[in-house]
Amino acid sequence: MMQIFLKNVSFWYGDSDKLVLKNINLKIDKGEFVLITGPSGCGKTTLCRILNGLIPNFYSGKLIGEINILGYDVRKTPTYVLAKNVGMVFQNPENQLFLSSVERELAFGLENLGMHPNEIRKKIYFISKIMGLESILEKAPYELSGGQQQKVAIASMLVMEPKILILDEPTSNLDPISTLNLIKLISDLNRKLDITIIVVEHRLELISPIVSRVILMKNGRIVLDGDPRKIFVEKKAEALGIGIPKVVEIYKELCKENIRLSRVPLSPKELVDEIRRIVYERKDN
Amino acid sequence: MREKIIEIRKLWFKYENTFVLKDINLDIYKGETIAILGENGAGKTTLIKHFNGLLKPTSGYVKVFGKDIRESSVAELARKVGMVFQNPDHQLFAETVWEEVAFALKNFGYSKKIIEKRVKWALEIMGLTQYSNNSPFSLSDGERKRLSIASILCYDPDIIVFDEPTVGQDFYQKERLAEILKLLATRGKTIIVVTHDIEFIVGRFNRIIVISKGKIIADGLASKILTNIELLRKANLYPPQLIYANYLFNEKKNISYIETPREFVKMILRRVYEPKSL
Repeated sequence: MMQIFLKNVSFWYGDSDKLVLKNINLKIDKGEFVLITGPSGCGKTTLCRILNGLIPNFYSGKLIGEINILGYDVRKTPTYVLAKNVGMVFQNPENQLFLSSVERELAFGLENLGMHPNEIRKKIYFISKIMGLESILEKAPYELSGGQQQKVAIASMLVMEPKILILDEPTSNLDPISTLNLIKLISDLNRKLDITIIVVEHRLELISPIVSRVILMKNGRIVLDGDPRKIFVEKKAEALGIGIPKVVEIYKELCKENIRLSRVPLSPKELVDEIRRIVYERKDN
Repeated sequence: MREKIIEIRKLWFKYENTFVLKDINLDIYKGETIAILGENGAGKTTLIKHFNGLLKPTSGYVKVFGKDIRESSVAELARKVGMVFQNPDHQLFAETVWEEVAFALKNFGYSKKIIEKRVKWALEIMGLTQYSNNSPFSLSDGERKRLSIASILCYDPDIIVFDEPTVGQDFYQKERLAEILKLLATRGKTIIVVTHDIEFIVGRFNRIIVISKGKIIADGLASKILTNIELLRKANLYPPQLIYANYLFNEKKNISYIETPREFVKMILRRVYEPKSL
C-alpha cells in the first residue's frame, strides 16, 4: 500500500530564489525502511519536513508538485492531523523537549488529542518499558544526557502510534551500543508494528544492514534510489562522497583482486561469512 | 623531554550527590593527539570542562601548564585551552561571522591589525571567508560548527579540545575536520577530541583514553585499545568495521590494528591465497 507519493515536487524557502528540492519523485510503501543520505545541504531535512507537513505549515516557501501523504495533501491539511500519523524526531532533541519531566513530555501529544489519563498512562508505561526509560520518567529532560534525550524524543513520538516515523540523524548523539539498541528498536517497530520508517543519517555503518532501501540525494535531487547492496557500489555513490561503509570498500578492493563475493556485504559478519565461503570452495576444489 | 601540560591527580567530581568522575589520574603532553571515548553519560564532557576551569574538582587537582586550575581564572585558562563545544549554537551570538571570530581576540585586547589578520586566517582555514558579513544563524549546521572552530583557532590556544566534533557532519566535512586536526598537530598544538565516532578515530589518533561510568578504564595506544573488543564493549563502544571484520576473520584472536580496507585485503590475500596456505 502506497503511503507517500511525490511527483515533480520542488521547493524554495521563503522568498529565496534558491531551489532546495528539485523535481522530486518518490513513492514509499507501507512497512518500508528507508535510509536517506547525502552531503549536508542536499535537501534531506527539507524533504522530511514536507513529509510531515512542517512545510508549508510551519516553514513558508513555494511548494509545487503533486503530494500525497497517507491520502492527505500537506498543503491542505492542518499540522495536527499529520502530526498524529507522521512522527518526526529531530537532530537535536533539545529543540524538541521543553516540559518539566520525561513523563509529561511523553504525555503531551496524547493530552493534546484529548485522550483519557488512564489510557495515556498505559501507553507511557508500554513505551517507556520498551525504551528503557522507566527509571527517568520523573527527571527533567535537561538533566539527561544527549543519548537519553534522544530516546525521550523518540518515545514521545512512539506513544502517538504513528503510521510513519521519520528520524533525522537520530543516532548522532548516541554511543555505538546505544545506537545499535536504537536501530534494533526501530527495526522492531518496523517489522512488528509495520510502521514505515524513514531515517536520515550520515553514519552508515550500523544502519545499513537493516534498511530495505537507500535514497541518495545531492543538490536537492534524488541521485540514486534502491537496494543498499546495489547503491553503495555504484560509481555515483562514490563520487558523492557519502562515506560508504568500510566493508563495502573492502568488497570493492577484493573485486580489484578478482575475488568476487556472492553479494555486497553490509556488516563485518556478512563480509567474513562471504570470504569464508570462498575459502571453503577453493579448498573443496 | 616531553613537556607535561595537563596533570590530573585523584580527581573526583560530584554533581549534586553523585560522583560523575571517580579518581581520575591523567598526564597529557605537549603535541599529543588524543581521543577520549566512552558511553553516553560516562563523564567525558565533565572531564574536559576541568581543562579550562569551567568546572573545579570536588577533590584532587588539575594542573594546566603547572598551575592548579583553582588558582587561575577561566579567562586566563581560556587563552591556553580552547574549547569547541558540541552544539555550536551555545557558542555563537555575534551579528556577523566576522564579529563572531573577532570577539575573543577583542576580549584578549589584541590590536586591530592582529585581529584583522587572525580572523582572516581562521575564516580562510575553515572555508568561511565568503560568509564574513552573514549572520552566524544563516549558516548550515556544518558551517556553524566550522565557525565555532574558527572562533577558537583565531586566538591560537596551545590546547584545543573538541567535544563531539563529528556529530551531524557529513563525510566531506569529517575529512576536512581530520585535515584541520592534522594541520593543528603539525603546528605543535595539543589536540583532545571527545567522541564516540569510532570510525573517525581509526588511523587518526595515537593515544586513546576510554572512560566508563566516571573512571578511566584504559589509556594507551590506539592499536592496542581499538583491537580490544571486550574493553570497548565495557564502554558501550562498538569496534570499527575493519577491526571487527578482522576479529571475526581471525576467530577472535591475535588481531592486528588494520587502518584501511586495502590492508584488510592484503591480509586476506596473504592468508588465503599464498601458495603455502593451500
